[in-house]
Formats: sequence, C-alpha cells, structure tokens
Amino acid sequence: MSTISLNVNGNPRQSEIEPRLLLVHYLRETLGLTGTHIGCDTSQCGACTILLDGKAVKSCTLFAVQCEGSAVTTIEGLAAKDGKLHPMQEGFWEKHGLQCGFCTPGMIMSACALLKENPSPTEGQIRMGLEGNICRCTGYHNIVKAVQYAAEKLR
Amino acid sequence: MATSDTFFGKSIKRREDPKLITGKGNYVDDVKMPGTLYASFVRSPHAHAKINGIDSTAAKALKGVVAVYTGKEMIDSGVKPIPVGWLLPNIKVPAHYPMPADRARYMGDPVAVVIAETPYIAKDAAELVQVDYEPLPVVVQGIDAVKKGAAVVHDDVPDNVSFRWSLGNKPETDAAFASAKTVVKQRFVNHRLIPNAIETRSMLASANPGTGEVTLWLNTQNPHVHRLLMAAFVLGMPEHKLRVISPDVGGGFGSKIFIYPEECVLTWATRLLLRPIKWSAERREAFLTDAHGRDHVTEAAIALDGDGKITGLRASTVANLGAYLSLFAPAVPTYLYGTMLSGAYKIPAVHCEVQGVLTNTTPVDAYRGAGRPEACYLVERLIDLAAAATGRDPVELRRLNFIPKDAFPYQTPVAVMYDSGNYTGALDKALAMLDLPKVRAEQAKARKEGRLLGIGFSTYVEACGLAPSQVAGALGAQAGLYESATVRVHPTAKVTVFTGSQAHGQGHETTFAQIAADELQMPMEDIEIVHGDTALVPFGMGSYGSRSAPVGGSAIYMSAQKIKEKAKKIAAHLLEANEADVTYEKGKFSVKGSPDRFKTFGDVALMAYLAHNLPKGLEPGLEALSFFDPGNFVFPFGTHIAVIEILRDTGEVKLVRYLAVDDLGKVINPMIVDGMVHVGIAQGVSQALWEAAVYDENGQLLTGSMMNYALPHAHDMINLELSRTETPSPVNPLGVKGAGETGTIASTPAIANALMDALSPLGIKHLDMPFSPGRVWEAIQAAGGK
Repeated sequence: MSTISLNVNGNPRQSEIEPRLLLVHYLRETLGLTGTHIGCDTSQCGACTILLDGKAVKSCTLFAVQCEGSAVTTIEGLAAKDGKLHPMQEGFWEKHGLQCGFCTPGMIMSACALLKENPSPTEGQIRMGLEGNICRCTGYHNIVKAVQYAAEKLR
Repeated sequence: MATSDTFFGKSIKRREDPKLITGKGNYVDDVKMPGTLYASFVRSPHAHAKINGIDSTAAKALKGVVAVYTGKEMIDSGVKPIPVGWLLPNIKVPAHYPMPADRARYMGDPVAVVIAETPYIAKDAAELVQVDYEPLPVVVQGIDAVKKGAAVVHDDVPDNVSFRWSLGNKPETDAAFASAKTVVKQRFVNHRLIPNAIETRSMLASANPGTGEVTLWLNTQNPHVHRLLMAAFVLGMPEHKLRVISPDVGGGFGSKIFIYPEECVLTWATRLLLRPIKWSAERREAFLTDAHGRDHVTEAAIALDGDGKITGLRASTVANLGAYLSLFAPAVPTYLYGTMLSGAYKIPAVHCEVQGVLTNTTPVDAYRGAGRPEACYLVERLIDLAAAATGRDPVELRRLNFIPKDAFPYQTPVAVMYDSGNYTGALDKALAMLDLPKVRAEQAKARKEGRLLGIGFSTYVEACGLAPSQVAGALGAQAGLYESATVRVHPTAKVTVFTGSQAHGQGHETTFAQIAADELQMPMEDIEIVHGDTALVPFGMGSYGSRSAPVGGSAIYMSAQKIKEKAKKIAAHLLEANEADVTYEKGKFSVKGSPDRFKTFGDVALMAYLAHNLPKGLEPGLEALSFFDPGNFVFPFGTHIAVIEILRDTGEVKLVRYLAVDDLGKVINPMIVDGMVHVGIAQGVSQALWEAAVYDENGQLLTGSMMNYALPHAHDMINLELSRTETPSPVNPLGVKGAGETGTIASTPAIANALMDALSPLGIKHLDMPFSPGRVWEAIQAAGGK
C-alpha cells in the first residue's frame, strides 16, 4: 500500500491505496465522487476526463499515486460553492448539450480546458478540441453550441 | 396554483439536466452497497470451441476470491436457457444458457465467473481460471453459414438456418417483373454495427437474506420485461421476489433491451452467496457481448413500367443472427424489415424472403432503427439505381411514385397500414431549404474542375410506436406492446406519474411532465415523473422502437383524463351542482355561468383524501391507472438530403451540407426532438461512412475497441439543418409519432445516394458501405478516375 496526499475539489485528501489503483477508481470508489465516469478501457471515450493541475487528463490512464501533491478538479468541483453553475454547465443545460448525460462530465471538463487555452474558438476549433471525448447521444451538434455559449459568457 | 401556461409544443429546458451536469446522476455503477462483491467473467477467446474442462483451483486459492462458478454448475442447479421473445412459424431456437457447459460459440461467450472482494482481485483471478478449449471449425458470414459443409453452430440446427420467412404476394410480384419495362437488380450488404452506448452494461444484484427478495439494479430499457423473463423462464424464481431498478441509464440504442447472460448469473449467484454482487462491462466486453446490429446480405430488384411507375419490388435476404437468438432477434429482419419495403411509394406488388442464420459471432438484435434502416436503405438505393437506369431525375422519380396525400390510411402490399402522411410536403420544404438548382449548378461547376461533389436524397417512411398488442401477438410477439401509466394525485395536489416507459437519455421527466401538466392544468414543478423500478411502476413494456411518446405518453394522457373525471364528480358534489354543468379551466372547477362558484384542484384533491364529503358511493383517493394499447403503429416520414464531396486523392468523404425535414406528427418538445434527430442522423451517417464490425475468418473481432471501431467524433460531423412538417397521427390522442430512430433510418441512404451521385461521372453505380477512404479510393482507381 502507498500513501498519497492530494487536493480534490479544494479539499486536502490523504489515503492509503494500492499502487496499481487507477485515479478514476480512486475518485469513484475511495472518495465516492461518482460524477467522473468510465466509458472505455483504452483512453478513447474521455468520460473520465478531470482537470489535473488545470489540465484536462483522462483519469483512467493515470495511477492515483502519480497524482501525489496535485490538485484535481472533478465535475463535482466545477460549480461555485453556493451552487451557481459554471458557464460551461449552464451552456450544456441551455443548449441541450446532453441526452443520457454519461459522457457529459468528461465532455464539460474537456471543454473547460479547451476554453482556457483558446477563449474564442471557431466552430472547427471546438470540434477538433473535443477530439478526445466521444458522445453517442447528441451528434455533437448541441455540444458545440453549449461550448460557444460558455465561451461567450466567459469572455 | 392555477396557471394559464401550456407546455405541449414548447422547448422547455430539461429537468434531468441539473443533476447530470453537476455529477449527481445515479447510474448503476454509482450505486453502493456495503459488503459488495465483484464479478469478472472468463470469456472464450475462440469463436467456436469445445469446453473439455475448467480448472479453477488457482483462482479459488487467491486471497479475496469468494466463488468461481461454471456453466455446468449453473445448469446443474436448474437454471434454464434465456428465452426468445418473438417466435416465427417453424423457428428453431437453440438453447442459450447464461453460461454454456459444452461449447463456446462466439468470441466472448462467458464460460465461468469469478466473484471476489474487489474488482481488481476478481480480474486477477479470472486470469487464473484454466479452460481446456478444443477449437472447432468456425463460420462467420451469414451467406457462408447456409452453404453446404459449413461449420455447424448448434447441432440441433444442422443447416444453421433458424427460420425462413416471407411476406407479400410472390406470384403478383413475379408477374410485375415479367411485364416490366425496366428491371434493376442489385446485391446490397448492410454491414454489422456495434451499438456503443457510452455507459456499458452494468448491474448490482443483492439478495435480502431475510425476505429472499433480490434487488437488481440494472441499466435496462425495460425493467419489467427483464423481471418477467428472468423470473419466469431463466431462474425460476417468483416474479414478486425480484425487483429490478433501472436508475439513470447512459444510452442504449437498443442494446439494453435484451436479457443477457450476466444479469442471470449475478441474480443467481447473489441468492447463493447472500451478498451484493456488482459487474460493469469493460468496453472490450461491450464490443464482444452487447447485441450487434444489422448484418444483412440482400439480392434485391425493382421493376418499372415505361412511365417510370414502380410496379414491383423484391428482396431476398440472409440475416446473420450470430451465435444465439437474442431476445427480439427474429422480429428485426422480418416484421420490422419486410413490412417497410414499400417505402413511401405506391408499389402494387412487393415480395420479401428472409433466412435467419446462426454463425460464430456475437448475437445480433435491435440497434437504433432495427430492420427499418435496412429496408429504407434498400428501397432508397433501388430508387436511385432505377432513376439512373431510366435516365430520370431521382427527385422526380420519387415524386411520381409517392403515395398521395389523400390516400391515407394507406394499406401497403406488405401488411402494414400507414396512418397519415404528406410526402410531397416534406420533399418540397427540403428542396426549398436546399435550393436544388443552385446546388446542382455548383455540382456542375465542380465536375468541370474534376471535383467529386454529390447530392443524395432519402424520402423515408418508418414504422414506430411499437404496438398494438393483438397484431404483435398474431405476428409472433411473446408479449403485449401497450404501455402503462399511473397518475397519483397526493392530498396536497402534488402529482406523481409512474410510467412504464424507461428513459435512457430521451428526457421523459420533462416531456411527460409537459403532457401531464397541460392535462391537469398545473405547473410542471408540481409533477414528478417516476420510472425504472418494478416495485413502484405498474407493469410496463419499456422504451424502444420510438414508442415512449406515442404509447407511454398516451397512457399518461389517459390517466389524466380519468383523474379529471373523478375530480369533476367531487367538485360538482362540493358545489352542489350538476356534474354536466361543471367545467375545469385554469385549475379551477366552476359552475357554468357563475365563475365565482368554484373549487380549485387543490380543494378537490384534499377532499378526495379527507373523504368527509364525497358523492355517495364514490371511493376516496385520486389516482388512476391506464394501459394504452393503440390501434396501429405510427409512421413518421420526411426528406433528408446530403451534399458530400469526395477528396479524389484520398477517397475521404467530407460532409458539405445535411438537411432533414421530418414529419413526426405533433411535437411535445421541439428542442428534445431536434436533439434526437441530430444524433439519429449522426448514427446513420456513421454507418455509411465509418462504423463497421469486422471479424476475421476465425471469428476474431478485429474491431473490438474504440481504437479500431470508428465511432464519430465532433470533427467528423457538421452543423445540421433541420426543419419539420406536421401531420398529426390519428393513432393516439396526442397526435404524436416517434422521433428516436428517423434520423438513423433516413440518413444512411441519403449519404450512399450522395456518394454514388458524386461517383457517377466515373461510371460507378454502386459500392457497399462503409465508404471508407480506402474503399472509395480503390473504386476511383478501378474506374480509371485517378
């Protein structure tokens, strides 16, 4: 077993874990943060995307022990403390950017990272920027609109 | 409480979303129970192999392993095969045990299960189970399975043919072809697809040692069907001792309808171990074991007279069903396919024959569209081929043969009666949106420059709103196809609606509340929609075949009427008025002519439960249960147009424009319906251009992960141009049709026709899907088109 200390959604966490425990399992099973989802086993679908020190990463591809000392933001940590939605969450709701909702947390986290790098993306840049996330429910049409909505709000 | 707002027809934001965008959804894998064990399945790496023995000694010795079970142990304990829910005349149904004891028949067939304290230990131990396999000859393609000398998948089906089925009038069709001016023949391959809901199949089975009841959390599209079939057929347990809960479900597209081995194994095992057991499929397992879709090879032909009128159509199809008959597999290539071969056209004679065959591949069942995409692809491609053969414009040939607006209800020669339609209306609207002359001019210019630009049309019709029970029963369904709804008014006039429909992304909590709120004349916030729990919801048939709004929504409408009728009786009594003189408007019951004499819905609801002053003989309470069993399917239709360009140097196909004018009857929530159409189109386009399940000759699935099965990404799709016409359905009180599958049904042939249009200057008439760059590039080279 290994000990890790990291910060998750603003809260310091310390845990005794198996070295082979994936970050996504650490979040979902050890910490009970089930908003981060698992959709594949080859790092294609992006449902498990979280922010690690501000960068979008797939939490199924990292061991939890690799995140020692890091700051993790999951979907649960995105809205303000008072519950006010992040503009990206608001965009997905306003523009019907989700149907079953399973890919949504990862999609939202990726889209947040995308806007951080490029606050005014074109439609094509949004589509390319979400290349690491698969949605089977929307055809991406309204996801693009949701990101455009958030970009507008955040500018 | 009273409100003047109505909700039907408005794009109301979804009530489901706040939890789903903040990570507070509750999918099966999110459900936690103390003391949970985890399952891992040992699966055959061979497509066909005899199981000579299974040695689980090493697995059982691993610390943390609680049990290892094999198929033999399960069968010896009395577990029965998984049933088939749709039977055809003389069908052969080979036994499908949850885990086979004798032979594995497809790559991924589960042969043993390990149950352990953690998922990691379960997986470690599964790798320690030694299975002595003796590989057997393999058959992969449906058309090979019917050849003499093919490997036999099940000894009791020695020719691999599960059923032979036909529909339509053969002598009349033969006569139509004999006297035709033009006959066009084509062989079509409608290739196999893998559904890929982003949430894989997932389950948690928990036996209560005190009561003997088992609760099964399962991401199913039809919890009651699962409970009934598992209890009555597979496990032999009392139906009332099994509770199935389907919480938030992460997509289905058909794949979560069926009874799979894993839920049978976990429900069986939790009764032995008396601890909760959880399993969630890895994506690799989902590729191998979720029921696949399509997989037809068809010889088809169309006959025309000298005026361009279609006089006959015929199709002879081999449908690859995979290694076992999945739950509704027999219905998909028969009644959901042959019945739609008249398309949107007046065709005097149609004949269809189908062989359903067994192979050493994953079982095939309903996948978005289910049979209707295969039919629509065939008909719409044949029309384009016929147009090319007769030198007619594909749009005008369609228009010439459309079933006219005044011909509805229209009896086709293939059993079904279309409810309502205006095919020209949708076509004209789509053509206006496209500006066809302008696009044709651009195409002519492009061709001069040597560019391959194509325009493809699909004027589809489809059958959905799966029902009615009596017809389904006569055709072989082993279940009814009605839907249930209970509307329960609480004493404080808040309302809970229990629906047998099962949302898995469709937004029922919003649209169903819109229906109920309008009928009961109250705010949506006062209405809760409950689904997905057999302990709460009356018997229901679930969501598939685009049936939730037309069938499930109508059941809610019916119960709301019953509530109003009873409430009116109570109101009349309280107002000391004649019931016939009481009206209900804006949430108030009042006496005609004296609007100040009224009782609110709240007054009536409270009195219904206080029961201090009710009409003589009227029972207390305010609750109604309805089962809606419509008289027919509903038949959405429309026109889809694709404009594509082929990059000559690479064979890559680029979407330029995509337009859809759909007629879905009345629309409850346009935003939600648009969303369904968007993705329907994406899934259909994806079949045409990218997705394909590929097996090698040994039955190894080569496209077994997201790395090599081409699911569309955001940059593969373009902005879609949608519009609608509205022809209400007379089949249900809401006038709605289904919206979930139209896009998938319509879009595949639109893309195929656009591609062939683009390639027509090279003399290429037909290619089979998917139109991968390699395939298209090779065709261009072969045609000397460089």
